[in-house]
Amino acid sequence: MEILVCAKRVPDTSENEIELNSAGNDIERDDLVYSVNEPDNYAVEEALEIVERTGGTVTVVTVGGDEDEEILRREMAMGAKQAALLSDDTFEGSDGRGIASILAAFVKKGHYELILTGVQADDGAAQVGGMLAALLDYPFASLVTSIEFQEGGKLKIGREIEGGNKEIYEIDLPCVLSIQTGINEPRYVGMRGIRQVASIPIPTLGKAELGMNGFSGKAAAKVKCTDYFVPPMGKGAEMLTGSQGEIIGKLVDLLKAKGGLK
Amino acid sequence: MARIFAYIVHKAGVADDSAAELVAAAKKIDAAQAPTAVVAGWGAELDSVCESLRASYGEVWKIANESLAYPNAELVRQALVNVLPAGCIVLLPHAHFATDLAPGLSIKMNAAYVPDVLGVDAVEGAVLKLVRQEFGGQISAHVRCDISSGAVITIRPGAFKPLEGAPAGGVVVDKSSAVGPLTTGRRYLETVVAETGDVDITKYSVLVSIGRGIQDPDNVSIAQDLADAMGAALSCSRPVVDAKWMEKSRQVGSSGQTVKPKVYLACGISGSFQHLAGIKGSPFMVAINKNPKAPIFRVADVGIVADILEFLPELTNQIREK
Repeated sequence: MEILVCAKRVPDTSENEIELNSAGNDIERDDLVYSVNEPDNYAVEEALEIVERTGGTVTVVTVGGDEDEEILRREMAMGAKQAALLSDDTFEGSDGRGIASILAAFVKKGHYELILTGVQADDGAAQVGGMLAALLDYPFASLVTSIEFQEGGKLKIGREIEGGNKEIYEIDLPCVLSIQTGINEPRYVGMRGIRQVASIPIPTLGKAELGMNGFSGKAAAKVKCTDYFVPPMGKGAEMLTGSQGEIIGKLVDLLKAKGGLK
Repeated sequence: MARIFAYIVHKAGVADDSAAELVAAAKKIDAAQAPTAVVAGWGAELDSVCESLRASYGEVWKIANESLAYPNAELVRQALVNVLPAGCIVLLPHAHFATDLAPGLSIKMNAAYVPDVLGVDAVEGAVLKLVRQEFGGQISAHVRCDISSGAVITIRPGAFKPLEGAPAGGVVVDKSSAVGPLTTGRRYLETVVAETGDVDITKYSVLVSIGRGIQDPDNVSIAQDLADAMGAALSCSRPVVDAKWMEKSRQVGSSGQTVKPKVYLACGISGSFQHLAGIKGSPFMVAINKNPKAPIFRVADVGIVADILEFLPELTNQIREK
């Protein structure tokens, strides 16, 4: 089976505190540590486990600039055989629909039976997979936590709903699935693995190569983030301060008063 | 201003709490307009949902179709595309069903899409200025949305407080004949109910809950020791379950368990809205996190900036000594 996984390079929130810049209109981007969007690793792992059973190859694709190539290499070190960088000055400022349109143009150039995305990225929008499916007229399911093969080119999938419950669907191929975290245990990638794929060429495709005439770029974007700001504090917690011993003393008293100790 | 529709999620004949919140969100976009509810389903359950919505919506559009008896998002999307007028604004609650339905709906309606909206700051002609959050709630963002050809907007549950007011006295309008044939490459089979684990965290009045800050499976015992000393149960947030360090039945959140304790100790949990959605009944909440900017401090009663791996064992010792 030929599987395409769409990935994104994002600021790594486990390595950075996200803060406002001094102008107050953007996050502070200097010194940010970037990595592949964590849910995308689950999507790549799932794709690799599928091709281990069925044969075929995994291709990983991203939309961005030269700096985004590093995440493609990382996913190739996991086991993706091919990668592509979709890059063009005119792609800048694309909204979710723009990104999905660029990816749709790439999909139409290949023969992918299954397209996976991570459930969501840094902006929490969880939008590109569903949009991509709609642009391609493929069936779509989000929050997928299990994939099984059925006879006759179909999958049986589980998707996470509320309360730890799961909806089970049968879905035709080709389709687009957004993969929820926890579906598998993504394999470890070491520096050695990344070095081994360092010299594999990764093609870059722009608007012309993709034959794009869709919604990409700033002018076509219906949705634009204009600025960032510090979220309102709300009521805010009463912060306990002092030495660790003092803090623990205060906390134990509070827990007792509130019925938190037996 | 374009006509505003609220898509009503419902189950077993009862509308979701979001039905009232979507009215409030719609009024923020256009105070002069009574929003219209749109409800898809089948049978007596659908009728009772429509009936209940007459109190809060001026009009209730009913879409009755046997193939919508279970809400398969792929079929609901087709029905909505056929029934709703071009250029309208559609609001949905930002939860698992909208994740399935809304992005594709926006494409098929040629409309703008803004997910997980927490606020409406301004309406300037055909531009909405909306508030979202990024990076797991660490930072807020203003988003401009061009609604000149319509919009699909999902609303963060709990972000808009239901309005008080006189009953709307709405009318139910049957739009079922506009649905047309529905086909999909995705067929609903069944719903698998979560397995109950060894400990039922919903039954405890005190919970010690751990998140990503626990760092390593070997550290889970540190938190278990504290829970034991307090007479509490140990629960967790999603990353701990994703890493397979604890059972899914211990997860608090919209995709896990909904708990209603008296005291909730959030240890190394950043406080995503999905996690907080699983905590009901306004418990006394203590947050311990080494990141002073962690969103959990915005909602906790008491906050402590500390590394839980150092703090929890000391707390356990003190509680044991008392």
